[in-house]
Amino acid sequence: MLNFLARRIAQLIPTLFFVSILIFSLQQLLPGDPALVMAGEERDPAVIEQIRKQYRLDQPIPVQYVYWAKGVLLGDFGESLRIKMPVRELIAQKLPVTLQLAAMAIVIAFLIGIPAGIISAVRKGTAWDYGANLFALWGISTPNFWLGIMLIFFFSIKLGWLPASGYVPLTEDWRASLAATIMPAFVLGNAIAAILMRHTRSAMLQVLDSDYVRTARAKGLSERSVILKHAMRNALTPIITLGALELGTLLSGAVLTEQIFSIPGFGKLIVDAVFNRDYAVVQGVVLVTATIYITLNLIADVAYILVNPRLRG
Amino acid sequence: MTDAALSTIPVIETAEELESPSRRALRRLVKRKGAVLGFIVLAIFIVLALLAPLLAPYDPIATSWTLVRKPPSALHWFGTDDLGRDVLTRVIYGARASLLAGAISIGIALAVGVPLGLLSGYRGGFIDALISRMTDAMLACPSLILAIAFAAFLGPSLGNAMIAIGITATPIFVRLTRAQTMNVKVEDYVEAARAIGNPRWRIALFHILPNILPALLVQATLSIATAIIAEAALSFLGLGQQPPAPSWGSMLNAAQRFLTSAPWMAIWPGLAIFLVVLSFNLLGDGLRDALDPRAR
Repeated sequence: MLNFLARRIAQLIPTLFFVSILIFSLQQLLPGDPALVMAGEERDPAVIEQIRKQYRLDQPIPVQYVYWAKGVLLGDFGESLRIKMPVRELIAQKLPVTLQLAAMAIVIAFLIGIPAGIISAVRKGTAWDYGANLFALWGISTPNFWLGIMLIFFFSIKLGWLPASGYVPLTEDWRASLAATIMPAFVLGNAIAAILMRHTRSAMLQVLDSDYVRTARAKGLSERSVILKHAMRNALTPIITLGALELGTLLSGAVLTEQIFSIPGFGKLIVDAVFNRDYAVVQGVVLVTATIYITLNLIADVAYILVNPRLRG
Repeated sequence: MTDAALSTIPVIETAEELESPSRRALRRLVKRKGAVLGFIVLAIFIVLALLAPLLAPYDPIATSWTLVRKPPSALHWFGTDDLGRDVLTRVIYGARASLLAGAISIGIALAVGVPLGLLSGYRGGFIDALISRMTDAMLACPSLILAIAFAAFLGPSLGNAMIAIGITATPIFVRLTRAQTMNVKVEDYVEAARAIGNPRWRIALFHILPNILPALLVQATLSIATAIIAEAALSFLGLGQQPPAPSWGSMLNAAQRFLTSAPWMAIWPGLAIFLVVLSFNLLGDGLRDALDPRAR
């Protein structure tokens, strides 16, 4: 186990190195003089000079990279040109909001996707199966920003049940916080529920066809016990790790959802930064997202081995 | 030849075994109602996109202050938008941006990803390790966030959005091509091609590539669906098609501001994205089942 962990972490080093190269290279895509582009409307030579100095634009590109990477390793992602705040602090401020949204979304996805997948597999070929498959197809084909807009139209404008936008921290008023985040969390969780449903269905179908399930049935166990105790436990192991990986995807989905529901999270931060030409923030957000995703991947791999005794060497 | 030897030769018994693999796949595909439905809907959208100037009832960018936010009527079936433009016309023209973005961005991903995957899977060694780690790095960045970052640095336009989506879709094709190549390269026919002295590039292009095409076709179809959503998302955020040119994503962006007074502005472009993406998904699922050799 320790060997596996060490090997897995060693593999991360080149990946993280390439991620850092990728994110650093984004800066090279800026057309013309990067300092002028970053300055935007600002034409003050002093400001332009400050940008040139901050990004070491007067130095060769490899030197710029070394300075940038050194800063990142020490937790310094640079400073936001517009908000005049360290990018690290900005991210630390916004990330908890998105994490709350993502956690709610993943709970919703599990609550819908797994039961739907199990019912669909157990009742294969019936109207239940057909309905669950239609739901999955609908889930992966609906753009979440459209779903968000439609939910606002029905639940906020027509029915007046939920607020259309805004955010209240959980610590301030948990009821208001849940009311403000339930729609965006559903929008985010919906597509993941569809993916989880498809995987649960195929895993369950495979398990239901296995010898030990046949044996359990032959022993005279009730169908309920066969499905819940024997089949489901084995089928769900890969699904749980898949769920952990989907948390990374949620960060991507959060960009649009937060935009639609005006939630001041991580996703809104990157969009605002894009329009403010606040490139250090854009780079910081991509870097943090990639690191979260890579870490989740690692946790999922380790968890998979921990819960699956056959893989323990 | 002895009877025993003869009995090991497979006897072709059914017409199914006589037909070519592509014919068999096509026959299986047309049996799948979902895939046929997806194909028909897509065909309709492609015709709409190609013949937009002939089919659309109005000019997609001509504004009219007397027609601002009019609900659906006999003259304007889908209503009009905040600048008095016909929503149906803009939905028809919007199909151009969406389908073009889907096709071009996945074209870019295939053009870059397939050669890299072939190289990585066939050569192995250091090149494989290098390409694989770069692929891992790109897959570690959630695709929409990476596409937003690319589009932000390249500058907002439909062309740059297509490049951004194409780049972020590339690693999937590298990984798929690599895995498929590694499966195929140990097959006897590849060994035979090598034994008669074919150069490596020839084996990769003429012996391996044709055999991994079905998997690539399925992935490309499903990826177009994702690319269309990504283009709509970038346009929705203002990083894709720029106004006043019509695109479903930017139409939804405008619609959001008038949800109370003109909900029809949000319904039709969203429904169009949904239908096209659903159709690509149905077609992709159908192709996967039709091309799956295990289903024979």
